[in-house]
Amino acid sequence: MSGVLRIAYKLLVNDRGKFAALLIGITFAVLLMVMMTSMFAGVMSRASATVINTGSSIWVMDPAVNTVANAIPIPDYVLDAVRSLDGVKYAVPLFTGSGLVKLQNGDYQAVSIMGLDDSTLLGRPRLLEGRIEDIYADDGFIVVKDSEYAKMGSPSLGAQFEINDHKGVVVGIARVASSGLFGIPTLYTTYGRATQDLPTTRFTMSYVLVEPKSHDDIARIARAVDALGYRALTKEQFMQRTADFYKYQTGVGTNILLMTVISFIVGLSISGQTFYTFILENLEKFGALKAIGAKSRELVAMILFQAAFTGFTGYGLGVGLCALLIAAAKLRLPSYAATVTFFNLGLAFAMVLVITAFASYVGIRRVIRIEPFDVFRG
Amino acid sequence: MDAAIRARGLCKWFGEGNLRTNAVRDVNFEAHFGELLYVVGPSGSGKTTLLSMLSGILKPNAGTVELEGQDIWKLSSNALADLRLHKIGFVFQDYHLFPRLTSAENVAIPLILRQQPWDEALKEAAAQLQIVGLKDRADLSPIKLSGGEQQRVAIARAIVSRPDILIFDEPTASLDGDTGRRIIEFIKREILNEHRCILVVTHDPRIFEYADRIIQMEDGQLKKVEEHTVQ
Repeated sequence: MSGVLRIAYKLLVNDRGKFAALLIGITFAVLLMVMMTSMFAGVMSRASATVINTGSSIWVMDPAVNTVANAIPIPDYVLDAVRSLDGVKYAVPLFTGSGLVKLQNGDYQAVSIMGLDDSTLLGRPRLLEGRIEDIYADDGFIVVKDSEYAKMGSPSLGAQFEINDHKGVVVGIARVASSGLFGIPTLYTTYGRATQDLPTTRFTMSYVLVEPKSHDDIARIARAVDALGYRALTKEQFMQRTADFYKYQTGVGTNILLMTVISFIVGLSISGQTFYTFILENLEKFGALKAIGAKSRELVAMILFQAAFTGFTGYGLGVGLCALLIAAAKLRLPSYAATVTFFNLGLAFAMVLVITAFASYVGIRRVIRIEPFDVFRG
Repeated sequence: MDAAIRARGLCKWFGEGNLRTNAVRDVNFEAHFGELLYVVGPSGSGKTTLLSMLSGILKPNAGTVELEGQDIWKLSSNALADLRLHKIGFVFQDYHLFPRLTSAENVAIPLILRQQPWDEALKEAAAQLQIVGLKDRADLSPIKLSGGEQQRVAIARAIVSRPDILIFDEPTASLDGDTGRRIIEFIKREILNEHRCILVVTHDPRIFEYADRIIQMEDGQLKKVEEHTVQ
């Protein structure tokens, strides 16, 4: 069979014009599909940055919360109530909010503030510089060194700023797993300082972070929190809820889905049409091969090989081009939110398989039907 | 001479009822090894249909075709394909060479279909191209060759697997008179031998003189068998 496939390969790649058209069609379809889904994955990842970075197993919140960034403050008694539930190993408060920083050069910069539980500092970031205990020092803040770090003037340890007319001192520089969606720097401090320095509503607690005693306790805790009139979500559920909000309630997901489907249709049309033309041009030759003694399964193998080779080459080029574009974009725009995930790659691969199967199908249908007698008859 | 092909009561029709057209009607004949046999007749007389049935390409509605004593239409489609691959060589009217392959690769196709390794097949193809006088054209695409050269590449492809039976469909239709005659002279001199039978479908009277025997067809029936003295 390898000789037959080699013939198929040569027939394909030696027809440079058609091969280039096929590759361009699939490459750009894959590029668009992966680009769209990667942008979406990037946005989703950043939208859930707080959940990812904090790492708590269970989040207790007001039932109306849709995304982690839009916390609805809950009363302090919820913390005590949750701590008293069966199956809860520990529970701590978390403050999330935003503030306005006045930098040393006089510029104002909006920032995201994370107030960690004073006694445990649960959800603290990994420090690159400084000591974690200095967060308890007067006016101590930790700055996250991510793509937004420069917006704070790239401060070093000891740098001072004002936050809502309170003094702030950088006591640590940290790294987190995921940057936020809104393009503003992130500061960590204690829960107490956050609620003291930042204007809040009557209730101050954004979330209660809970660690269950065992995995089996999660459902029981969720039911009990439900009974309290609040909602307990696991880390994954909260990320999914955030993603669902952006997908279905903002139009972002629908638009990206539409673009992905359009890319797929464009790829399918270009590749299907070009491959069909390629088969039509060689139809009599395939008939001649049949007359000479080629079996139908050999001709089918040739077509499948040609379609698969084109599809997978286009897929590789498309993914490579997409990675290159994202890398180039991130060089210019450090906060560019696009992440190539295995799911995106798998989705694009599945779509390429569909395109390949479709292109093969139309080709195989014609080749199977061609009668060697037609070759004689002319 | 031994019978290479024996046809008995061959019939082929297309369509049914009032639309039925009889393409071949009750044809009986034998072709022998060492023979250059022409099937001639006007367009629509059933030459190509007859040739297709004899070569295992088109199933007859009635009658039998025996190739070296074997009834080919009792074989499965895969066995029939194998038989064509091993026993029959085809030279089509339009040659049907792949323009994206070199001449040598085109010639090697039957060997590759017989699972011969690529390099060996190409070596054998080059040898066949030498026989047809195109050794220096082995690496060229057929589209860079003249009509006569393409014809010879097609002949090399037909003989590369050393078939017992060769079938030529209008071999001189696209060639000028001189080239056509040279091709037929070459076939008769270099390709035909006592172990091979060559069937030629043609309506080119310029080459009739080279035939050992001419079968004339009209309205799907054999009208006349003409014996020629070997030139």
